[in-house]
Amino acid sequence: GGAYWVDSQQKRYVPVKGDHVIGIVTAKAGDVFKLDVGGSEQASLSYLAFEGATKRNRPNVQVGDLIYGQFLVANKDMEPEMVCIDSSGRSSGMGIIGQDGFLFKVSLGLIRKLLAPKCEIIQELSQLYPFELVLGMNGRIWVKAKTVQQTLIIVNILEACEYMTAEQRKQAFAKLSGN
Amino acid sequence: QVWQIRLDLHLLNHDGNIIDAASIAGIVALCHFRRPDVSVQGEEVTVYTPEERDPVPLSIHHMPICVSFAFFQQGTYLLVDPSEREECVMDGLLVIAMNKHREICTIQSSGGIMLVKDQVLRCSKITAVKVAEITELIQKALENDQKVRKEGGKFGFAESIPNQKITAFKMESAAVDTNNVEEQAEEIITKAEPPSEVFAKPILHTPGTAQIGEGIENSWGDLEESEREEAAEEEGESEATAFECQKMETEDTSTMRETKKDEPIVLSDSEEEEVVILEPQELPKKTR
Repeated sequence: GGAYWVDSQQKRYVPVKGDHVIGIVTAKAGDVFKLDVGGSEQASLSYLAFEGATKRNRPNVQVGDLIYGQFLVANKDMEPEMVCIDSSGRSSGMGIIGQDGFLFKVSLGLIRKLLAPKCEIIQELSQLYPFELVLGMNGRIWVKAKTVQQTLIIVNILEACEYMTAEQRKQAFAKLSGN
Repeated sequence: QVWQIRLDLHLLNHDGNIIDAASIAGIVALCHFRRPDVSVQGEEVTVYTPEERDPVPLSIHHMPICVSFAFFQQGTYLLVDPSEREECVMDGLLVIAMNKHREICTIQSSGGIMLVKDQVLRCSKITAVKVAEITELIQKALENDQKVRKEGGKFGFAESIPNQKITAFKMESAAVDTNNVEEQAEEIITKAEPPSEVFAKPILHTPGTAQIGEGIENSWGDLEESEREEAAEEEGESEATAFECQKMETEDTSTMRETKKDEPIVLSDSEEEEVVILEPQELPKKTR
């Protein structure tokens, strides 16, 4: 009692410790990668913060790659730091995101809606085509389906979910699956 | 003693080309601003409060406006006012700041693309056109604001936002019964008499765009045009093509949903203005 959750419509991301986000590698500086996460500063990611990484066995990360990781350190006084392993040293789904696919931005509110348990949108989408999906709390979504056309259809639906009512969405899906 | 003014720009949301939008916002804010009136008598300086004397505007000599151009494939393709997606994949960017007197205030080229002289000249011509339009829009908006303030009506940022919710809007779906389209179309074709005016030759506007007679008013917008263009391109008996158009019309509403599914359903009343500059010798390149 006494705690309120205030939801807001926002597109600008502010790094928060523990958030899982999608970052874009912008630079390799020695032992550390610099990632653009959409915040005011770039996040740093050590090459050792991957599952099974050692000084000899480095992860194959190039500039321009997409990384799914979580924030270890994120406050207004320091540069944010990311890792791709959890506290027990396992990757648990984090790491370098594969080739191809499509990355796009949506509002933070939509991400939270999609991440909610038993989200209808995701269930309905999975009835349509098989696809891979990564949701970053920084407003970034990565989608990959079998063909480029299918990928773009999913992208457009997810972007439109921002403004569609549930009824409109169901109609759109009905038209698509009838095809 | 001098006045000092500071301009802060807050970016609420964007879909690319922040430079242009910011330049317009900045110059409009400065034109709209009013400072306290001052009178100087020898050494004595009197600053009047807004209650004593109406604040006066700044003396703005000209309104420089930025126009951005995105280049693709080593200068083959040129897009005016690129969107976010287009900016992500462009090769280079050219920004020209100009005022309505066609004076170039700034040129900036980034991205390392090599630009030919006549490309830059063409861009500056496009800029002149755009800046003239935008400056007129700004003047109208400023006059409107002044008028509304004088008459005592509502003004300000809140009034300039359209009266709709941001997060959800309802689009009433038009139910279309497409069960008997084929039969209905056949019926119409067999029953109808040949048209009184037979257009033997379609009017060729440019390669790929033809016109047969005068069409009815377009009520769907861009989507319908591409359908009609496809219908117009079909050569053949003018009668048949005229009926094809009709048939396409009835089919269009059923295919509307199909084609619409590929596009995000957004309420866009701010489409970029189409500007096509045709040089006599050159092929019309795709500009936006």
